[in-house]
Amino acid sequence: MTDLFAARSQMAMSLAFHILFAVAGIGMPLLMCTAEGRWLRTRDPLYLQLAKQWAKGTAVLFAVGAVSGTVLSFELGLLWPGFMAYAGPIIGMPFSLEGFAFFLEAIFLGIYLYGWERVAPRLHWAAGWGVAVSGALSGVFVVTANAWMNAPAGFEVVDGKPRNIDPIAAMFNPAALTETLHVLVAAYIAVGFAVAGIHAWMLLHHPRDPLHRSAYAIALTLGAVAALFGPVTGDMSAKHVARYQPVKFAAMEALWETERGAPFTIGGWPDEAAEVTRGAIEIPYLLSALTYLDPRAEIKGLKAWPREERPPVAIVHWAFTLMVACGTALAGTAVLGGGLAWRRRAVPTARWFLWLVVACGPLGMLALEAGWTVTEVGRQPWVVQGFLRTADAVTPMPWLVVPFTLFTLLYLMLAAIVVVLLRRQVAASAALHGNRSNA
Amino acid sequence: MGWLEPAAAGALFAALTIYALSGGADFGGGVWDLLARGPRAEAQRRTIAHAIGPIWETNHVWMIVVVVILFTGFPRAFAAVSITLHIPITLALIGIVLRGSAFVFRSFDTPEGRFRRRWSLTFAGASVMTPPFLGMVVGAVASGRIRTDPATGRVVPEFFHAWLAPFPIAVGLFTLALFAFLAAVYLTVEARERELQEDFRIRALGAAVLVGVLALVCFLLSDQGAPLIRQGLGRERWSLPFHALTGLAALGAMLSLWRRDYLWARRLAMAQAALILWGWALAQAPFLVVPDLTVTSAAAPPNVLATLLTVLGAGAVVLVPALWYLYAVFKGRGAAR
Ligand code: HDD
Ligand code: HEM
Ligand code: HEM
Repeated sequence: MTDLFAARSQMAMSLAFHILFAVAGIGMPLLMCTAEGRWLRTRDPLYLQLAKQWAKGTAVLFAVGAVSGTVLSFELGLLWPGFMAYAGPIIGMPFSLEGFAFFLEAIFLGIYLYGWERVAPRLHWAAGWGVAVSGALSGVFVVTANAWMNAPAGFEVVDGKPRNIDPIAAMFNPAALTETLHVLVAAYIAVGFAVAGIHAWMLLHHPRDPLHRSAYAIALTLGAVAALFGPVTGDMSAKHVARYQPVKFAAMEALWETERGAPFTIGGWPDEAAEVTRGAIEIPYLLSALTYLDPRAEIKGLKAWPREERPPVAIVHWAFTLMVACGTALAGTAVLGGGLAWRRRAVPTARWFLWLVVACGPLGMLALEAGWTVTEVGRQPWVVQGFLRTADAVTPMPWLVVPFTLFTLLYLMLAAIVVVLLRRQVAASAALHGNRSNA
Repeated sequence: MGWLEPAAAGALFAALTIYALSGGADFGGGVWDLLARGPRAEAQRRTIAHAIGPIWETNHVWMIVVVVILFTGFPRAFAAVSITLHIPITLALIGIVLRGSAFVFRSFDTPEGRFRRRWSLTFAGASVMTPPFLGMVVGAVASGRIRTDPATGRVVPEFFHAWLAPFPIAVGLFTLALFAFLAAVYLTVEARERELQEDFRIRALGAAVLVGVLALVCFLLSDQGAPLIRQGLGRERWSLPFHALTGLAALGAMLSLWRRDYLWARRLAMAQAALILWGWALAQAPFLVVPDLTVTSAAAPPNVLATLLTVLGAGAVVLVPALWYLYAVFKGRGAAR
């Protein structure tokens, strides 16, 4: 393993780990607040129990998100000092704003988790909303930094060094709006369906449990509403990529030749040596139509760029296919569930539908990881699109495979522990409730 | 040099100081968890968990703020430190991950969880292991062994030289003692029962002596280990009154502990720790990373610093009332259980 490859792997692994907990920090507070709001309105203790239950899970997820995020902030320097020396001043502004969002999030969460008996109920609820809003803001700020890597703005290059830096223009770079929208929607989809999947599973085994029924209804509503916007915001992202990062776009679609009336390519095996994609399903004209609203529009193929400017095509194409497949499945489930709910005037709990939701549980998280793979791997060989190559940004530190291995083992262990703890919490919630209804 | 560079450096050290006083003391809490002894060991642990539970994640964010100010305002210093101190920073990060997650696992696991003991040990062990590495980073920055090639501006790729030396190691141990001292002093105020207060009082007094001894060791080693700092500490006009003030705070803190005036002990201990940090900062001024990067030479362009300071100022307007409320809810007078 070369040091560059170890550094990339460590960065990718750390981000892929962090993002799972970060989206929980964005989505879970919304669920807790909805449950607590219903408690305040109906005074049904069931909702209070649910809010406390979700808060406990959030506490664990948030802490792992916070420590893995800390690792990331240092890794930017430990692995990519060249990138930070170049880009630090340019994208420091969203990172500093993110710092304040972290503060507010941690403060409100402290009040929420430890303040049940200490602050007035309305204030407690307001603190929960504070966590939800500042969680979303942290996500938005850090993603504007990532958007800048995709669509750099707000500086000029003089003698290979950035000059005339405008931090505000850098933050409001051309990719910022589409990327933050899509990421935020994705976070709600992923959390909504993951939580709904867990409670659907519990409902399949304890069909009468009112706690799981309410939990399932709240989480599914969040996931389903967001899922309708997944393809919409994704489409906006795709149009944006086509304009600002055409190589990435060609790789997403595994499109080799520059064509008018380009087809939409599903699956297949991109062969980088032979420069063809074999065995794919092609829907004629659809790509041009989707991207430019004109079935005859021209789209550049990968061959328009020299080989060393192209990202790894197969990974990007497959990741994109996976994301779109998951997004379509989730949006389809949302439409189906919405239809059933509208006809029956109740959240659908037929067994086959519960099984469908269980199956959808992991798809949001899967799409999330796949989407980030598209963005990050699709940007290669650049860290900062068109300006700084990844290979020039890496640290001179040797033996990087050692920290990569250490952090991988550490995170695998943490992931296993979190799964065990959350399983125990969910199981205990059923038992607690079961005892009470028996008594 | 304009005023922006020193102002940004001031903000950096201010954030570092608050981190040491808050997040540092949370690590110290873990030290006393590990060393909990005697008939009240469980009560000691409970007091510690109760004290840091609601606030440690907030306190921890100060570290993020330090990093962000460093890479936005002083990108070359961030790069130099990250390259040469990769190993101690990585070890500190592993400690931070283990400490934070184990603490939360212990607090939010179902009560009958079999692993409680293990979370406890991990939390406490990681709390002891991390501060020395953080201290070593500070010691290495002061030592003058992080070099950049004057011709190319590139960092000299040495990965052990700067931190694996007597002076940084002594600073690491000093940091651990200081964090433990702060925690013990805060815990005298947090503890509600008299006997618990006595437990923490004895620990605080012991830690205070250790802080003094290790401070002396660091000073003696700085002659060889950090000559520039030694000069700063010894010769400058401000240095004598500054030392006197630090010493007075230290003695005052011990005296207050002796007299069981815990609120004053807390104030003076905080002052002592802050003065130590600012003494270090002044001793190495104008250097940020001794001896090649100064506050000016490492700084980002002025408009970036101006934006950074504006964001910090505007953020503070939101942050201060929120922080105040958090501490009022959990640490204020009405916060007795
Ligand atoms: C629940 C998660 C999820 C779902 C269902 C979708 N996406 Fe997505 N997608 C993401 C989660 C995500 C993401 C992980 O959040 C990414 C990574 C970076 C970003 O901006 O969002 C992403 C990136 C991303 C990009 C690349 C943006 C860039 O490189 O700048 C495109 C073109 C799309 N998406 C398109 C779609 C389409 C057409 C979808 C519809 C079916 C879709 N996504 C569903
Ligand atoms: C959670 C979401 C993210 C995931 C899963 C992710 C994934 C990845 C992957 C896979 C790579 C390695 C690319 C390769 O194969 O060479 C990478 C590199 C990198 N990412 Fe991300 N990324 C995410 C978000 C971000 C964000 C928000 C930032 C920034 C602020 C960022 C900054 C970087 C940097 C600096 C590199 C190293 C240079 C490079 O290889 O391009 N990433 N990331
Ligand atoms: C797209 C990718 C990312 C998103 C959406 C995101 C979002 C979040 C959110 C919502 C939180 C708080 C909730 C939680 O901890 O569970 C968080 C925590 C954190 N993130 Fe990320 N993040 C991303 C990538 C990054 C990157 C690249 C960095 C580092 C440079 C980073 C640094 C941090 C830090 C330091 C924390 C801890 C804050 C605390 O102590 O409370 N994150 N992130």
